[in-house]
Amino acid sequence: MSDLDAQTIAYARDTMLPPAPPPRREAGAVRWVRENLFSGPLNIILTLLALWLLWAALRDVLPWAFRGIWRADSVSECRTIRNELYGEGVSAACWGVIRSRWQQLVFGFYPSSELWRPPLALIVFLLAILPVLFANLPRRLLWLAPAAPFAIVWLLWGGPIWGPVAAALGFVLAWVVWKALASRGLLVAFLGALVVSVLYWAFLARPLAAALTSILPLGLTPVRSADFGGFTLSIVIGLSGISLSLPLGVLLALARRSEMFIISKIAVIYIEVIRGVPLIVWLLVAQVLLNYFLPRGTNFDILLRVIIMVTLFAAAYIAEVIRGGLAALPRGQYEAADALGLGYWQAMQLIVLPQALKISIPGIVNSFIGLFKDTTLVSIISLFDPMRMSSTIRATTEWGGIYWELYIFVAAVFFVFCFAMSRYSIWLEQRLERSHR
Amino acid sequence: MTDAALAAPPPVSGEVAVQISGMNKWYGQFHVLRNIDLTVYRGERIVICGPSGSGKSTLIRCINRLEEHQAGQIIVDGTELTSNLRNVDKVRSEVGMVFQHFNLFPHLTVLENCTLAPIWVRKIPKREAEATAMEFLRKVRIPEQAGKYPGQLSGGQQQRVAIARSLCMKPKIMLFDEPTSALDPEMIKEVLDTMIELAQDGMTMLCVTHEMGFAQAVANRVIFMDQGQIVEQNTPREFFNNPQSDRTKLFLSQILGH
Repeated sequence: MSDLDAQTIAYARDTMLPPAPPPRREAGAVRWVRENLFSGPLNIILTLLALWLLWAALRDVLPWAFRGIWRADSVSECRTIRNELYGEGVSAACWGVIRSRWQQLVFGFYPSSELWRPPLALIVFLLAILPVLFANLPRRLLWLAPAAPFAIVWLLWGGPIWGPVAAALGFVLAWVVWKALASRGLLVAFLGALVVSVLYWAFLARPLAAALTSILPLGLTPVRSADFGGFTLSIVIGLSGISLSLPLGVLLALARRSEMFIISKIAVIYIEVIRGVPLIVWLLVAQVLLNYFLPRGTNFDILLRVIIMVTLFAAAYIAEVIRGGLAALPRGQYEAADALGLGYWQAMQLIVLPQALKISIPGIVNSFIGLFKDTTLVSIISLFDPMRMSSTIRATTEWGGIYWELYIFVAAVFFVFCFAMSRYSIWLEQRLERSHR
Repeated sequence: MTDAALAAPPPVSGEVAVQISGMNKWYGQFHVLRNIDLTVYRGERIVICGPSGSGKSTLIRCINRLEEHQAGQIIVDGTELTSNLRNVDKVRSEVGMVFQHFNLFPHLTVLENCTLAPIWVRKIPKREAEATAMEFLRKVRIPEQAGKYPGQLSGGQQQRVAIARSLCMKPKIMLFDEPTSALDPEMIKEVLDTMIELAQDGMTMLCVTHEMGFAQAVANRVIFMDQGQIVEQNTPREFFNNPQSDRTKLFLSQILGH
């Protein structure tokens, strides 16, 4: 090695470099447009093509929508107004149908005097779910959650208040039995609580409610399930399905990964059978077949049957999504929980599920959005969801011949709900991401 | 090593902490642990070494039943490990374990990692558990990180949190499964120093490690394993200066010879 080489190789730094800011780049809207839209001949052509397509798609639709006529009570009235305003043959939307039929679209055949009840039920639901959705709200609000389902059922279906109260007492009873027997082993306590509460619901709840009603007749006007319709129906089925299928899905996912052979096989069979058959078939099963299997004379509410079916269906999908999250957790997490002496349910509740659910959020919300939109399938079993309600409105003499306005309205409302769910899931992911690093 | 490392470790009592006799384990057809007999006395510090695949990690994972043995007997602190889950949970709450990859809970802060098991397993009030946790975090010299998440810490810091997390359960026995193997060289020392301090406090320790300096400084006994068997065990001085079996000599020449 020559002297020159040795000099260039041997080197010792005597001062460390301080961190420097990155080179300043030009910024702003102009730069963004140039870089993303007009960066080369091909991109210029594509941009112009896209602009032309946008214009072609919207040039008729937007004027049609903005010319829309709101104050009309029938298609013919719409046409008269349109001819006066814009002249014959000009296309204009007839939004009047939404204005005149919004009650049916939103509430179905719910009695006009009781229209305050479904929105109030929705508010109760939101109040109960908010502390679950937003962790920074006071934890004390969680105490609302157990009472909410009974309040919501009572508000929606009405009847004496003592029905839901008596039903709720069954859960209280089960809890008391569980606490009393907990020291004798979990299985004994579980079976004890189950037997006592089922016996109570079967033989005691009804007479108790009747007795209380005769003493103090407090209640709301009863509403039949057949009167539910429009978005009320979709939201009742959708939100019940969402809030019931998540816990069921979690249990199914845990069961499928269980080391207990029979439990895991039962979960596998359940998930595969439910997923392998279309929802429409299950809804028809709920409508027609369920009555064959139930004891003679029981008249099982059709809406309740649909909610149960939708929940069972969605739970199978949720379970598979959560199973993915469980599988993504490193084994070390399970081992560390075991090594600290945490029991199975403690480890699941404190270590495994918080992490697995976080990983599964996009998939879970995806399933929820799918479930919510699938509620329109109940039109097949003659429930009046918004789509079937639209067809019914179009079949009337006033609104025969109207198409787009109703469907656009239905689509827009569904979009608002689904988009809100999607944004919430993104927000939740980001919040959890931030707090973990 | 630090000055602390040079101080003599406390003497060993005659009380038995772990008694393993005639223990065998298979993975399917593969015989991983063969006829293991080992008695660990309270206050003893044992280093287990051996080539990879020799069954040393599996052995200490059997002591808190992260792995199940199929034959023989393991008695930990007077409780025999069987399929009885209550016994298993009892043993696990008395035995601390530190893993190669730390296995901290990433969704909980350092403090929450340390208080979780005391609160839920030992049913200690939250305030008290937090006070204990801060005490042990001071002991491993990272009290200032209590509010951070594990992902924000360096590997060495994470491993010290893992040690503190185990100590918060006030275990009678500590198991270390290659605690420094996943660390950068600069961080190995801070973890070893923590372990040395722990040894001086009289903790019963079983360490799977290749840190021979650590073995010489604090171990009462070094165990060499190969092919699922205990090949040789001796005091560190004898083990390193005067190994008996050829297999041990070969192993030592390979790990010390560079």
